[in-house]
Amino acid sequence: MADTTSSDIPTDSGTLQTADGRPLKAALATAQRSARNRAFYLVLPLLLFVVVTFIFPIGQMLMRSVSDPRFIEHVDLGTGEVTPIMVGLRTWFDENPAGTEPDEAAYAALVADLVHLREIRAQGNAGTRINYVYPGARSMFTGGARRAGRLEPPFKDAILDMDEDWADPALWQTMRSSSGRYTADFYLAAIDRERDAQGNIQKVDEERAIYLLLFERTLILSVVITLLTLILGFPVAFLLATLPLRYSNVLMILVLLPFWTSLLVRTTSWIVLLQTQGVVNDIAVSVGLITDESRLQMIYNQTGTVIAMTHILLPFMILPLYSVMRPINPSYVRAARSLGATSWTAFRRIYLPLTIPGIAAGSLLVFILAVGYYITPALVGGSRGQLISNLIAFHMQNSLNWSLAAALAGLLLGGILILYWLYDRLVGIDNLKLG
Amino acid sequence: MSGEFVVFDRVQKSYDGETLVVKDLNLAMPKGEFLTMLGPSGSGKTTCLMMLAGFETATHGEIRLDGREINNIPPHKRGIGMVFQNYALFPHLTVSENLAFPLEVRGLGKSDREAKVKRALEMVQMSEFGVRRPAQLSGGQQQRIALARALVFDPDLVLMDEPLGALDKQLREHMQYEIKHLHENLGITVVYVTHDQSEALTMSDRVAVFNDGVIQQLAPPDTLYEAPDNSFVAQFIGENNKLPAKVVSKEGDTVQVTLQDGKTCQALSVNCGAVGSDTMISIRPERVTLGASSGANATDGEVNEIIYLGDHIRCRLSVHGNDEFIVKIPNSADHPQLKVGETTQITWHTADARALDPI
Amino acid sequence: MKKTLIMTTALVAVAGSVAAQDLTVMSWGGAYGASQIEAYNKPFAELTGKDIVMVDADNPATPIKAQVEAGNVTIDVADVEYSDAIRLCDEGLLEEIDMSTLPDAPDGTPAADDFVAGALTDCAVANIVWSTVFAYNTTNVEGEPTTMADFFDLEAFPGKRGLRKSAKANLEMALIADGVAAEDVYDLLETDEGVDRAFAMLDTIKDSVVWWEAGAQPPQLLADGEVVMSTAYNGRIFNAAVGEDQPFEIVWDGQIMDFDLFVIPKGAPNAELALEYISFATDTQRLADQAKWISYGPARVSSGALVGLYQDGVTEMAPHMPTAEANLENALVNNFEFWADRDAELNERFNAWLAN
Repeated sequence: MADTTSSDIPTDSGTLQTADGRPLKAALATAQRSARNRAFYLVLPLLLFVVVTFIFPIGQMLMRSVSDPRFIEHVDLGTGEVTPIMVGLRTWFDENPAGTEPDEAAYAALVADLVHLREIRAQGNAGTRINYVYPGARSMFTGGARRAGRLEPPFKDAILDMDEDWADPALWQTMRSSSGRYTADFYLAAIDRERDAQGNIQKVDEERAIYLLLFERTLILSVVITLLTLILGFPVAFLLATLPLRYSNVLMILVLLPFWTSLLVRTTSWIVLLQTQGVVNDIAVSVGLITDESRLQMIYNQTGTVIAMTHILLPFMILPLYSVMRPINPSYVRAARSLGATSWTAFRRIYLPLTIPGIAAGSLLVFILAVGYYITPALVGGSRGQLISNLIAFHMQNSLNWSLAAALAGLLLGGILILYWLYDRLVGIDNLKLG
Repeated sequence: MSGEFVVFDRVQKSYDGETLVVKDLNLAMPKGEFLTMLGPSGSGKTTCLMMLAGFETATHGEIRLDGREINNIPPHKRGIGMVFQNYALFPHLTVSENLAFPLEVRGLGKSDREAKVKRALEMVQMSEFGVRRPAQLSGGQQQRIALARALVFDPDLVLMDEPLGALDKQLREHMQYEIKHLHENLGITVVYVTHDQSEALTMSDRVAVFNDGVIQQLAPPDTLYEAPDNSFVAQFIGENNKLPAKVVSKEGDTVQVTLQDGKTCQALSVNCGAVGSDTMISIRPERVTLGASSGANATDGEVNEIIYLGDHIRCRLSVHGNDEFIVKIPNSADHPQLKVGETTQITWHTADARALDPI
Repeated sequence: MKKTLIMTTALVAVAGSVAAQDLTVMSWGGAYGASQIEAYNKPFAELTGKDIVMVDADNPATPIKAQVEAGNVTIDVADVEYSDAIRLCDEGLLEEIDMSTLPDAPDGTPAADDFVAGALTDCAVANIVWSTVFAYNTTNVEGEPTTMADFFDLEAFPGKRGLRKSAKANLEMALIADGVAAEDVYDLLETDEGVDRAFAMLDTIKDSVVWWEAGAQPPQLLADGEVVMSTAYNGRIFNAAVGEDQPFEIVWDGQIMDFDLFVIPKGAPNAELALEYISFATDTQRLADQAKWISYGPARVSSGALVGLYQDGVTEMAPHMPTAEANLENALVNNFEFWADRDAELNERFNAWLAN
């Protein structure tokens, strides 16, 4: 026993070694590797799932927001064959700087490209790509491609004869900026910017500017909704956390009840309650609070959006708050009181700071959900209660301009990542308690 | 010493309107006293402490502090320092901020605060820990900070709710002395709640033994141990041999009783009924003498078990039909050598056998 | 990169797909989908012995675009709106359909002539003519609105209006209400002045508008008294009025007619059967049969004469069709080319107008 001293551990120029002479660090790494591998294999299915269903689709979406190559190549969806298109025109763009007046060569290249488009039936795609920025271009391309084969030089006159919009410098600028594989145009459009005929960035017309307004409105409404859920949810969470278990269980069921009801049902219930001929107005009229003529407009506007979304998102505030409040020992507040603090001071100085992880988590959760919500605002938001997500949905489903939808979503994603980063800096992400 | 610094006057407490948790509590304690409320869990001791602190309201009766009725005074105006079971140090504040909290809410200036905090930290020998968070301290250190915080605003009365419960044995014993010394040095009045009797005996001037919402006995530790008023106290404090018996005759302080095996013995009449009624004879294990046949109470005991404990030897006997009769034999040079199975003679003084209420 | 992206999209798309059947048709659901099941699917299944599955979508054009782009097509036939049919066809997402394979009318008229003008395109065959009209609840309106101008007249007919939350149809109706003749509407909308004029007209009622998005909403809004008049799809109003006895009245003045068309997505798993299905469903009898279930007009002229009674057995369907002679006065046919070109621009402006 006594001679098992440290001098028996083999050492080699200062590094510790195992009994059989291997470096200790290497031995440790080997011993831990199998445990690490096992852990990795355990999460592998989830990792694959997340990559396939989340990371790749989002990556693809973000890719679309900067790249819509339908003006430079055509993919035959039957065969998968990729054919470069608009080659002549793009060569002309490469050789002539932006703002150059299109000459006969440019028009000749255009006609040749249109003929080529016609051959491979790509005129619709190419036209649609330009049409996003230059309205009317789609039919110019489809019509132009149909007749391009019959045009005779000089091509400039022939094309302008067909449709004089072909001379519009804005169209040429659009075609030039669509000739690159990657473009910031969709992000520009997403912040109400466009390029003028010279390629300079400018604001769009007042009457078409919408996205910045909606981003701002989304931000404001989301903050309002977050604050409302906090104000309404905090006392409920407190009650949940402090009531004896048998009462708090009942209350918890009431809190969770909305989760078990379809979102559409809940939203529609709000319509039934809040519309001008709805329950709330009917009661107010029948008790003489308001007259039949002055029924309140509580829905199909921002009020409706705020009320319905506050209700729907309330559990997402209450649950994180509850999970933070539950383990707070009531003796903290008692201690503060016994030390001379009024109940308000004890709340403000002791209880409130202890619930900050819950407040932050709940607020983050509600805010992030609120900025991305679109079904409820679509149903109860009317015209001014729309959020940016409604426009994203519009471009996904109606205008089918997925690149613009992706750019809008990308901006939203970026904003939320910044928020998340701020949260991490201010509160610390390891303090996040979501329930 | 004022005789009535803290007074409970016919205080009752019920949570559900059906059962009383505290039944008719009367208690007066002078300024500067260290009083411990001792009892099993559910005996009402913590409820009493919480009523004194202001976190529970008395259902009936009056609580007075320094002559003033405090039933309707909110906790923060009572000026009572309190140490909680799990210390209740505010986790988001540093040690210094924790100590400064009671001073701050009292509107003390910054320099005053700093001076007092510094003094309080010195008092518990924790001067260099001011900038740490509670979570960075050991249990004993947290305990000291909690103590310092309860004392930093110079309260006249300090309440402690099982403050040492979370510490290991050695630390607990050490802290008992420290608290005792602080009490002596500062001259504060302390109400201390615990379920640990050795803690209560070590620290207190007086101990109130609670059971079933009633104070069973309120007395200094030595009285409590040596002269328990009833079977509960005798059983709860220290080790006790109990022999069920029946009163045969009474003669002044002494009663003659019949034991379970039909033999008789004499005991001190403390809390027993008239002739013919049941009683319980209580004898401390260290007051029994082995190997002596003299005296009125001499009897035989069969040795069931012997446990060597270093300073003494613990011996379990069958005496008067009780198989759990314990005798402690001091490990002196000439202590009797016993063997399991042998029968030995034992005896005790009549004054050490107390006839109490039957259980 | 591109390949993997397509593959992952395909994998995701699988989640929403259905098990392989003989033929999968995607349509809009509701009363309209039901009418197609009754009039087309059931008899076709009986005739061929094939299994037909009906899948619902809010707008079938969207899933089709996703499926074809991902190279994982599970839909064989889809029912889409006209401008989508053109757009999808232009973008090469649809199979071309040889119109000569469509059956002739019973009297021998070739299909190409039998279909209403514009009902056949390179990739799509129309099955119904539906229209956007405005309707009112007779219990809530005093007097009798008869023209599109009445819809915009808040003084004569006070109360809230329901409008679809999109530029399409609203701009045309605004101009008609402003006194523009139906045939001049699209020429005027090509110009900035025309668009400004339409928006100015919409401005006059903007504060009184409740916007709807789903076709089921207008009958509900009218029934609740939430609006006194609303634009709506004529079939929905008919079903509520005749089928559910709601006091709704349709005003046909300024109605905007539209087609719904069958298309075959590029790469449809059962393209041949899909073509067979479309030929069958768009023959004279089948189109006439569909009118028994919903008040949308058949896209073939020859079907008109065969249109009979509503499923209740007493209501004559012919007068409820958008194509009925009396309803065609001052009717407008949706200019699909115009909307395919201007949809993005005008909706952008419409959304901005709405949000401000």
